[in-house]
Amino acid sequence: MFGFPGGALLPFYDTLPQYSQIRHILTRHEQGAAHAADGYARATGKVGVCMATSGPGATNLVTGIANAYLDSVPMIALTGQVARHFIGKDAFQEIDITGITLPITKHSYVAMDAPSLAATFKEAFYIARSGRPGPVLIDLPKDVMTDQAEFVYPEKLDLPGYKVPRQGHPTQLKNAAKLINEAKQPLIVAGRGVIISGASEELKELAEKAQIPVITTLLGIGCFPGGHILNYGMAGMHGTGYANKALENCDLLIAIGMRFDDRITGKVSAFAPKAKIIHIDLDPAEIGKNVPANVPIVGDVGAVLQAMQKLIETNRHIDWIQQLEEWRKQHPLLDIHDSEGLLPQYIIHELYEATQGDAIVVTGVGQHQMWAAQHYTFHEPGSFISSGGLGTMGFGLPAAMGAKVGRPDKAVWLVDGDGSLQMTIQELATLVQDNIAVKMAILNNGFLGMVRQWQDLFYKKNYVATPISCPDFIKVADAYRISGLTVTKREEVSPAIEQAMAHDGPFLINFMIEPEENVYPMVPPGAANIEFIEQPKKEVSSWRRQSIR
Amino acid sequence: MATTKHTLVAIVNDKPGVLNRMVSLFRRRNFNIDSIAVGHSEVPHLSRVTVIVNGTTAMVEQVRKQLDKLIDVVKIFDITGEKLTGRELALIKVKATSATRSEILEIADIFRANIVDVASDTLTIEITGDEDKIDSMFKLLHGFGIREIARTGRVAMVRGSLGVMRRVEKPLKTRVRKQS
Ligand SMILES: Cc1ncc(C[n+]2csc(CCOP(=O)(O)OP(=O)(O)O)c2C)c(N)n1
Repeated sequence: MFGFPGGALLPFYDTLPQYSQIRHILTRHEQGAAHAADGYARATGKVGVCMATSGPGATNLVTGIANAYLDSVPMIALTGQVARHFIGKDAFQEIDITGITLPITKHSYVAMDAPSLAATFKEAFYIARSGRPGPVLIDLPKDVMTDQAEFVYPEKLDLPGYKVPRQGHPTQLKNAAKLINEAKQPLIVAGRGVIISGASEELKELAEKAQIPVITTLLGIGCFPGGHILNYGMAGMHGTGYANKALENCDLLIAIGMRFDDRITGKVSAFAPKAKIIHIDLDPAEIGKNVPANVPIVGDVGAVLQAMQKLIETNRHIDWIQQLEEWRKQHPLLDIHDSEGLLPQYIIHELYEATQGDAIVVTGVGQHQMWAAQHYTFHEPGSFISSGGLGTMGFGLPAAMGAKVGRPDKAVWLVDGDGSLQMTIQELATLVQDNIAVKMAILNNGFLGMVRQWQDLFYKKNYVATPISCPDFIKVADAYRISGLTVTKREEVSPAIEQAMAHDGPFLINFMIEPEENVYPMVPPGAANIEFIEQPKKEVSSWRRQSIR
Repeated sequence: MATTKHTLVAIVNDKPGVLNRMVSLFRRRNFNIDSIAVGHSEVPHLSRVTVIVNGTTAMVEQVRKQLDKLIDVVKIFDITGEKLTGRELALIKVKATSATRSEILEIADIFRANIVDVASDTLTIEITGDEDKIDSMFKLLHGFGIREIARTGRVAMVRGSLGVMRRVEKPLKTRVRKQS
């Protein structure tokens, strides 16, 4: 667990040493603790735990809780609270954190008495990890922590209002199978729900049996092997051209464990215009929310796919696959254009080569996030960790920390922007104190790049509030006793990555990339997916020379 | 799409904060709640909430599903359009002089309302019925001068022998996509 102490948590920390099985990591900011718990949970599939003291400690968790909520990450947020008799009196460091987090938690508790604590914790963990996972907050008054009660751990939970659907409706399963068996140009779009359900194998079996190409959402990356011939990459705003063309032309879309976020639908009325839609999701409230489904199936993705498997005929869609391959050639993604500068796409590609696709890659939010999603090939669920729903800058470093704590056996690479990193850079100290060997690749463009890109494309290059200065990251790292180096040339990229990997402990590489490189393809906001813009053949950059670096 | 009045009935855990959680989901979607009535249900520790809101069927269905996800909401149904018994209670304090008193009593009589309090210059009337009945009575009394009015909001029950706890949820409806 990741936490930060304070007055209201003192009794908790006082007893913590008695429990040697619990590893506590002191972060440098409570937001860091929440993101670290989040990264831990995504990397392991287990519940991540973060804690903070009452008042400012609790409010500092809020962004991290919201982030976990939007990406359905199992998390317990434990907050200290003032003693019971102070509650509601604006006591020192009293804040109504339960009220504040009401819309961003799956559930919450104010633990008002000691005898029911065990049941509360059991329930909270169960709710956080079961069904559609999410953050659960437990607000714990200081005097409850010091109270004495008999430890009663309930055998069974009493949650009559909590429904976890398992198996899909048989009629709908049959309807879906019929559509799949009849489709000429079927397409699967898979999301994080597949990862949560642990249903990658079932997905692969279905796709292969019926020969259905697979595209993913941003958070679905890794749920289907990156190198698989049926994998056509990510769709949506920065999706591949061929994935978006596939969406445009498919006659059946099988949406699995995803929620039709506006970043993947583009203009909703023009989304997958020729397709019937089968929507499989655990959460009935997601079905029909943004895009109506012809066949809605509520159930655990893995269980539904298993049942479906039996109803699906072995099939081939040679013409459709050939068409997709054609588009793949016409709209290549991995084409890295000529440039004297250091290109971020190239760096990510080299990172993939050096790690042989076996690392966990954690990102901040911005262009670098999209380049990481596009140019690294992810083979395993949980190997790409990124803030999707909330798009939280500053998520990267603490989340990478949490991922490494959860998976010490894996290489964990942070791919971060110079802007995002500066939001939670203080966690470098945590890496050192707790010896967490995260490797960091900073794609430093001297801009809040993704916002600059929008200004470039849609606001006549009016670069306001996006040029961002940064400290000498190597000196900063050094001050924290972390090794690092700056890379400015293409030929230095691969050796630097090798050096980082060989290094024992955390390591930071500051890549000075082409400042005005844009992420392509891009679907302009509000446009249909099919209107994606591709990398212009030649970009003339006048800004480059005057750039603040 | 046209908005209509919807009647939602929920069975919820009788705990602090439950109403807060429910109402915040309506607020987030900018619903204005017409009325909300809460009281004990036939099951110990469970309360019954009746919410009346205006909205399109799709909007109300979305918020209903969202409400259903709350851990403390055990069951929730949109019973709009079913055969219902719906009742509301209102207390109306109306000005009364010796000249108007008998006329007011007569109106109360027509509506089968009760006089529950008599003061020197007012009468307080208790009336039960559906909203229309209460609205009509209110209109008739308006001219006499109304001092105060308190309405409970509607509570409702589906007719027939089945209790709400035994009701089963209908499977999700298939919707046909409008394609451009
Ligand atoms: C906390 C937060 N504030 C603001 C934004 C808006 N935003 C999205 S991307 C971005 C720029 C990110 O810059 P940087 O981290 O340097 O990455 P780059 O795009 O340059 O790769 C900003 C400001 C956000 N997503 N999160």
